[in-house]
Amino acid sequence: MRGNRALTPIFVLLAACAAPPANLPEARTGTEQLLLLNRVTWGANGASARALAQVGSGRWLEAQLRPPEKDALPPEAQAQIDAMTLSQRPAAELAAELERRRKAFESIADEEERKAAQQAYQQELTRLGREAASRMLLRALYSPSQLREQMVWFWMNHFNVHQYKADIRALVGDYEERAIRPHALGRFRDLLAATARHPAMLRYLDNERNAAGRLNENYARELMELHTLGVDGGYTQRDVQELARILTGFGINPERGEFEFHPRRHDLGEKIFLGHQIRGRGAYELEQALDLLSTHPSTARFVCRKLAVYLVSDEPSAALVERMAATFRSSDGDIAATLRVLFASDDFEKSLGTKFKDPLHYVVSAVRLAYDDKVILNAGPMINWLNRMGEPPYARQTPDGYPMTRTEWASAGQLAVRFEIARAVGYGAAGLFRSEGPQPAERPAFPQLSNALYHESLQKTLGGPTREALEKAGSPQEWNMLLLASPEFMNR
Amino acid sequence: MNRRLFLKGLASLPVASRLHAAPAAGNARFLLVFLRGGYDAANLLVPVSSGFYYESRPNISIPRDETLPVSAEWGLHPALRGTVYPLWEKGQAAFVPFAGTEDLSRSHFETQDSIELGQAPGGSRNFQSGFLNRLVSVLGAPLGAPKGISFTDQLPIVFRGEAQIANSALRNIGKAGIDARQSTLIADMYRNTPLGPQVAEGFAVREGVMREMADEMEAANRNAISSKGFELEARRIAKLMKEQYNLGFVDVGGWDTHVGEGGASGALATRLDELGRGLAAYADELGPAWRDTVVTVISEFGRTFRENGNRGTDHGHGTVYWVLGGAVRGGEVRGDQASVQPGTLFQNRDYPVLNEYRAVLGGLFARMYGLSGEQLERIFPGARAKDLALL
Repeated sequence: MRGNRALTPIFVLLAACAAPPANLPEARTGTEQLLLLNRVTWGANGASARALAQVGSGRWLEAQLRPPEKDALPPEAQAQIDAMTLSQRPAAELAAELERRRKAFESIADEEERKAAQQAYQQELTRLGREAASRMLLRALYSPSQLREQMVWFWMNHFNVHQYKADIRALVGDYEERAIRPHALGRFRDLLAATARHPAMLRYLDNERNAAGRLNENYARELMELHTLGVDGGYTQRDVQELARILTGFGINPERGEFEFHPRRHDLGEKIFLGHQIRGRGAYELEQALDLLSTHPSTARFVCRKLAVYLVSDEPSAALVERMAATFRSSDGDIAATLRVLFASDDFEKSLGTKFKDPLHYVVSAVRLAYDDKVILNAGPMINWLNRMGEPPYARQTPDGYPMTRTEWASAGQLAVRFEIARAVGYGAAGLFRSEGPQPAERPAFPQLSNALYHESLQKTLGGPTREALEKAGSPQEWNMLLLASPEFMNR
Repeated sequence: MNRRLFLKGLASLPVASRLHAAPAAGNARFLLVFLRGGYDAANLLVPVSSGFYYESRPNISIPRDETLPVSAEWGLHPALRGTVYPLWEKGQAAFVPFAGTEDLSRSHFETQDSIELGQAPGGSRNFQSGFLNRLVSVLGAPLGAPKGISFTDQLPIVFRGEAQIANSALRNIGKAGIDARQSTLIADMYRNTPLGPQVAEGFAVREGVMREMADEMEAANRNAISSKGFELEARRIAKLMKEQYNLGFVDVGGWDTHVGEGGASGALATRLDELGRGLAAYADELGPAWRDTVVTVISEFGRTFRENGNRGTDHGHGTVYWVLGGAVRGGEVRGDQASVQPGTLFQNRDYPVLNEYRAVLGGLFARMYGLSGEQLERIFPGARAKDLALL
């Protein structure tokens, strides 16, 4: 469907007006390819370097923009995902069962027994949240569709939910899998609609409580401020209230744990939203509202700027954002088409190697470089490192999501912790190759940072002071730590 | 104990604390506590004489006889009984209601940012210049720069700017794995990069934290630590601020009570209890240094005066600031006030802002540090300092 749309003459014409078709960057030398990989993937490693070299950077990027629906993960990684409860049982069923458990322990008379049941319930929730985080990390480490995995994280962060609110730990994996992932390179309007109907979002921003005569503005406000228009995007307090009225009745079925529209809780009065009259007729009102929001010029600018901050620069040029926004609008919010404009820009090429890694990029890129395609057995240590650096998965409490700029992540305290993580990764397997559970499997592993990729290209990107420090290393472990702690490795 | 303190407080209130000199500028210690999420100020400082308050909050109001007596108009949330209220009784705590910003977005993030920047409203904003950083720069020359530190994972906007500021979250402290030789090797790699100063500062802070926490670590090994959560964090903050740092920032989250916030007990009460324990622990840990210390508790906005459909409250406007300290002229509700009734609500919805935050903080800093008008202008450009005689 995307392909068909892209070929219609109208699209071609509009795109031509907005921005002349430009070529994707052609990275020829090993160093150029390394820099491109470090930006488009979760971190260059041997496997990704070979994949790029095989087809050339232009074709590789095109393929990243339009990945196959199903990914071919390495069998050891896929097997870990297949074994997860998340893969074996539908999320709604899980959530409903957990809800029954919660109600059951509330009625236990004996205090000790109740506490034990409550603790078991909480542990199960936490286990499910960790499964989702482990799956996300396995895909970031090993999926060949690296750009998609980066975009899944971007949109999860854009439409942030906090897993430690209520039972969202049981929902967050499904939210990622069904609301975000299928649309990560698709249409923005589809993403918006999918998040608006997912129990994780409705619970996180309290819309399940929002009913006619008992308004709750929480979701309505963030839907405009953070998901679409941006805070200066041209809406008023009145619009917040009107959108909250439109959103009344969008909730969760308590028995089945699924999204449900409750007509009796919906405010059927007429609304004036963003200057448009919206007749009271139930769930369809939200479709009208999401149409208005997703096609609004402020949304195009707000979303495109955020994409450019993620993939180009902390301060992207207004010209780039405008060109992306023009394509975003003319292509009906086609995310891949918008990203193509970004990748083809001079700004992108010039910016390679200058974006400061946030903790997640730091940790994933370190493990990718250290172990290449040797599949880890346990993502737990990575989750712990992310905790220490202040960016644990699905745990941003506030709906704005984690920041993406250097100022936010390069403070003195942050760097001190980061060097400790460099040591943990560089000094040994750190528990990554010992599975959890009663009978843990373990395989021998050691971080191989002085690898082929290092000697072919990475080495050439290092400055004098880093080379000098590496020469003073007293052991392979210390050498690893210094490479991961170097200024060059902080950037992507 | 409480009663004794209360009587002692009464006796000393008119004389000792009122005439107590403000902390000497060189020793002054300031901690800004930011409650992120917009705490419900109307249930902190309860307008007990307002029938309108009780009408507006059928499910979440706090009955007058359950509040801690403050004045004819106001009562304090009972969750602070054993922690902040004793400070109030000693005249070491003041509250400033109807405080806040001119920002009307009612957005958490927009309002938090604009407060932390502290720049003139309406102009173009410089996101690399927060008001606490400007305070450090302004004080730097004559007094020997105060040492600023943020007790957060990231450096908050309020501390961004020209002066190099340390940060270190103190919730969890791990053992350092990198030894002195390795620290030097790493610092050398960064020496001529823009991150050089941060890297050096990072190692220095870490060393300082480890030094101060040695006793605690030893106690932990004996399983002898009695406090946890924000209380433990606040004790650690006090340890670092006793000698090493004198300008601090910490934020506390979890105040966005859209649903089921409770009244005298419940969700908000639990948060206030934890906060109160932390503030009391901070004062306790500082010991004699509490005399030269001022703590100010702020939040981005207050919440809707009326409860919403879910026994919670939505984003509002005016809030209540807290000012605590050994030399604070407390035991009073300060600043311009309005009676709490339907006609005085802002946009028929929220508390109005009668005490603008830049004016209030400017007035406080002027008293604390003896700042000139020109110096205040650099910290809060375009603001007129309002002296609430808090010290």
